[in-house]
Amino acid sequence: MTRRTLAVVSAGLSQPSSTRLLADQLAAAARDELVRRGDEVELRVVELRDRAHDVVNNLLTGFPSPELRAALDAVTGADGIVAVTPIFNASYNGLFKSFFDVVDAQALVDRPVLIGATGGTARHSLALEHAVRPMFGYLRAVVLPTSVFAAPEDWSGGTAEGALRARIDRAGRELADQVDRRPPATGPADPFALTTDFAQLLGSREG
Amino acid sequence: MQFGVFTVGDVTVDPTTGREPTEHERIKAMVAIALKAEEVGLDVFATGEHHNRPFVPSSPTTMLGHIAARTERLLLSTATTLITTNDPVKIAEDYAMLQHLADGRVDLMMGRGNTGPVYPWFGQDIRNGIRLAVENYELLHRLWREDVVDWQGKFRTPLQSFTSTPRPLDDVPPFVWHGSIRSPEIAEQAAYYGDGFFANHIFWPKEHTQRMVGLYRQRFAHYGHGSPEQAIVGLGGQVFMRRNSQDAVREFRPYFDNAPVYGHGPSMEEFTRETPLTVGSPQQVIDRTLGFREYVGDYQRQLFLLDHAGLPLKTVLEQLDLLGEEVVPVLRKEFAALRPAHVPVAPTHASLVAARDAADRAAADPAGTGDLGGAGAEGVR
Repeated sequence: MTRRTLAVVSAGLSQPSSTRLLADQLAAAARDELVRRGDEVELRVVELRDRAHDVVNNLLTGFPSPELRAALDAVTGADGIVAVTPIFNASYNGLFKSFFDVVDAQALVDRPVLIGATGGTARHSLALEHAVRPMFGYLRAVVLPTSVFAAPEDWSGGTAEGALRARIDRAGRELADQVDRRPPATGPADPFALTTDFAQLLGSREG
Repeated sequence: MQFGVFTVGDVTVDPTTGREPTEHERIKAMVAIALKAEEVGLDVFATGEHHNRPFVPSSPTTMLGHIAARTERLLLSTATTLITTNDPVKIAEDYAMLQHLADGRVDLMMGRGNTGPVYPWFGQDIRNGIRLAVENYELLHRLWREDVVDWQGKFRTPLQSFTSTPRPLDDVPPFVWHGSIRSPEIAEQAAYYGDGFFANHIFWPKEHTQRMVGLYRQRFAHYGHGSPEQAIVGLGGQVFMRRNSQDAVREFRPYFDNAPVYGHGPSMEEFTRETPLTVGSPQQVIDRTLGFREYVGDYQRQLFLLDHAGLPLKTVLEQLDLLGEEVVPVLRKEFAALRPAHVPVAPTHASLVAARDAADRAAADPAGTGDLGGAGAEGVR
């Protein structure tokens, strides 16, 4: 049995939040699939609303508060990430982007990420493809082929509910697949670790 | 232990009056702060170096030479000297000249500078920051220690049969600190040469300082300069004091709230909790400062930032009075009592000359039959 952690990032602003609801359902789908395969899974939920001031302070001062540090470590140290944002003005909301702006640019390399979004109309759905996916592409995360957008009609029951359910389950399986292929995460990287010695530093000036 | 002040040299509007000092006023204020530092019994004045607004100190040796002529005991230093964008040849010459004029009361702190657009004004690129710091300092180190230097590097025109003049006073180069907030390569550089390491320790959580100093100490020992606790460590610190701590909080808050760097962000209460900033009574400053050694070990130099964010000169001079009269005398006594005998105090020109002479005598008498009587950094201050 392998121990796995999934970080669940929700940038929803209202409470209760449909963004958080979607994030929880995506995380549960991935967790259930991993458990089915014999893993032990811990979910670490990061509600960005609770850290909103800390995120802005980090942008201004250059360092995170202890609470934000814990949230960043939960994300950068996880085996897989579920990241869900509401779509504002055709893109992720500012809180979502600001949070990932204070994540170290190397911290998510090769990390499986399942992206999701909510919006007031289904016409926002491609924002996942033209805004959220490229951002994680820049961070060299492994963004799953299935991204999940939930529009108001997806929550309204009937056949629409069934279609959303199917997308969530498929996305959860894709995240489980990617997590399964990798050795367990070793936790967040140490930014103060010395990765060179002075002979190399001096030598590098020849190159 | 040495105590002093370091200044960034920012020209900032006083948020309580809306008034911005002129460059002339700010430059003269920096000099007044240095003179006051000596008057109240501090040991060190260090100036920043910047080549962009809103900062004035672009020419540190001009300012420090002037202060040297007007002081007797004050040690003159920098925070920091830009080892990336300055020509190391010019640093070697300028600071050797200053060292002569100040009769040895000079050391300096190397730093990289973090403002991208400044680099190209001096023909460099911030992406080469660490490589510039490494190559330029290697050259500077040789220029002060070898009379004739042949040298070729990546960033500067080669040197053939070059002698940097004047030679360092008594042939002993100024002591060098390397300053960094969070680049382990710079702690490694300081350790490699057996130089001092200065952790900026303001505006950032103490964990940065703790990790960087820990790394430096460990690598200092690795390179054979002594045990980890014998490494030479300096720390910054930021304080605002009034006799009554509530007065300090009330008076400093508008400066805090509008300060460059951290203003309009966290509350003063959050920032004092998360960084070494102390706003309160002299006793609170004493307690907090003594606490620094619990996470960096016994250290050699403590510099305070007192004069940024638009604080008027009169207020800064009052801060210096409090520091000199109430804080530093207590800290001197307490730190000295806590420091184990094998941990050196900060090097000075006199101690470095004595250490060099002792080493020369030891080399001349390798069997150790004579009385060498060496006084290292330990005995002199």
